[in-house]
Amino acid sequence: MWRDASLVAGRDLRIEARSRVTVHQVGPFALLVLVLFAFALDPARQILERATPGLYWITVLFSALLAIARSAALDEAAGVRDAVRLSALDPAGVFAGKALAVAAELLVLEALLAVGVIILYGAEPAGVGLLVATCLAATAAIASTGTLYGALVSGLRVRETLLPLLLLPVLAPVLIGATRAFEAALGGAPADGWPWCGLLAVFAILYSVAGALAYGTLLEGS
Amino acid sequence: MKPIVHLRAAVALLGRFPALAGIDLDVVRGEIVLLRGPNGAGKTTVLRACAGLVPVVRGEATVLGHDLRRDAAVVRRRVGLLGHESALFDELPVVGNVTFWGRACRASSADIASALDLVGLSGRLRDVPVGRLSAGQRRRTALACLLARRPELWLLDEPHAGLDNDARDLLDGLVRQAVDQGATVIMSSHELDRAEALADRVVALEAGVTAAQRAERPAPEPTPEPSAPAPEVSHVA
Repeated sequence: MWRDASLVAGRDLRIEARSRVTVHQVGPFALLVLVLFAFALDPARQILERATPGLYWITVLFSALLAIARSAALDEAAGVRDAVRLSALDPAGVFAGKALAVAAELLVLEALLAVGVIILYGAEPAGVGLLVATCLAATAAIASTGTLYGALVSGLRVRETLLPLLLLPVLAPVLIGATRAFEAALGGAPADGWPWCGLLAVFAILYSVAGALAYGTLLEGS
Repeated sequence: MKPIVHLRAAVALLGRFPALAGIDLDVVRGEIVLLRGPNGAGKTTVLRACAGLVPVVRGEATVLGHDLRRDAAVVRRRVGLLGHESALFDELPVVGNVTFWGRACRASSADIASALDLVGLSGRLRDVPVGRLSAGQRRRTALACLLARRPELWLLDEPHAGLDNDARDLLDGLVRQAVDQGATVIMSSHELDRAEALADRVVALEAGVTAAQRAERPAPEPTPEPSAPAPEVSHVA
């Protein structure tokens, strides 16, 4: 399974590196959202500073939708799904590979956005251990859930609009947990944030297992 | 000799439409069989059913000794399908595509290099992104992906389409070479002169069955026209 995961993740990341969709579209989109939030809330600087964790994760979620849709589209190219079914690839490995590639892209994006909130919102990083752990757990949760739902809507004519409609409500607990953990870290009380981080990890594990088990069936059904 | 493809009264549905309507087909090892027939006759569905991609819902269907209804996953790993859709990633170079699909089918590096060599893509085209290739070069790349996995059963859907004469000769040579090495080939083609010269046997299809089956089947009973009600006769005293 892990051999197949590495093969698929390598393919998706190579395609991403060559097409540069993340660099040229997703990254600028994410920064633009941050800037627009800053414009909207700048007169009330205190509100902007208090809302920084929530705004950060909302921006990550919206940007993740683009990355997930792009990842799902790679397997929608003509004949790819049949070729995967005819190959010896383990469906769980394909799921894990796609989720890993999305997670890698999201981590780069989150690092970029972290620089953005420090510069634009005046956020001061504190509780770095909790921040990093939260990013890792939330990213795993978003990537695994997104990959699963990307496969679920694959092949439907309305997939572009259906994906956010289905995915955003499911990811609401991730948004809440990641925001609370960031608030605790930035507020100087990291101990309050670790339970939220644990919740994110549980969410990530649940959806990773569900995705690995269901991906083969979704591949056959689409 | 025991056939390696055995379809008996096999029915496959596309949606609710029976794309295969009880077809009988036997193919023995080392044979090259050409499926011919008009559009919609079921040629592509036969190939996809033999690959385990279209489920056979009734009848017998055995490929390479495995029942397609139970062991489709095993069959899929041992066949190679060259279909209308190439399953190539435009951003990746030729070598990247062939390596990915080769590795996905557990092909060795030597098999992958040999496949690129055999289709003439080991030179300067090797590192060109597939999105920049002509239709014929893309077809060659897809053929290299098929060759790398060394299938026992080749399923070729319109394999000559989009290829120039040199590439068609190359393809025919590769098919003969594979058969010499023990492979079996089922193909469909509208390039009948070329394909018939290559094939050992031609099977004509019509409406989801072989033409021979079609000829044997009794014509459907004509539906009686609804008769007009007998006019009422009124008796006048």
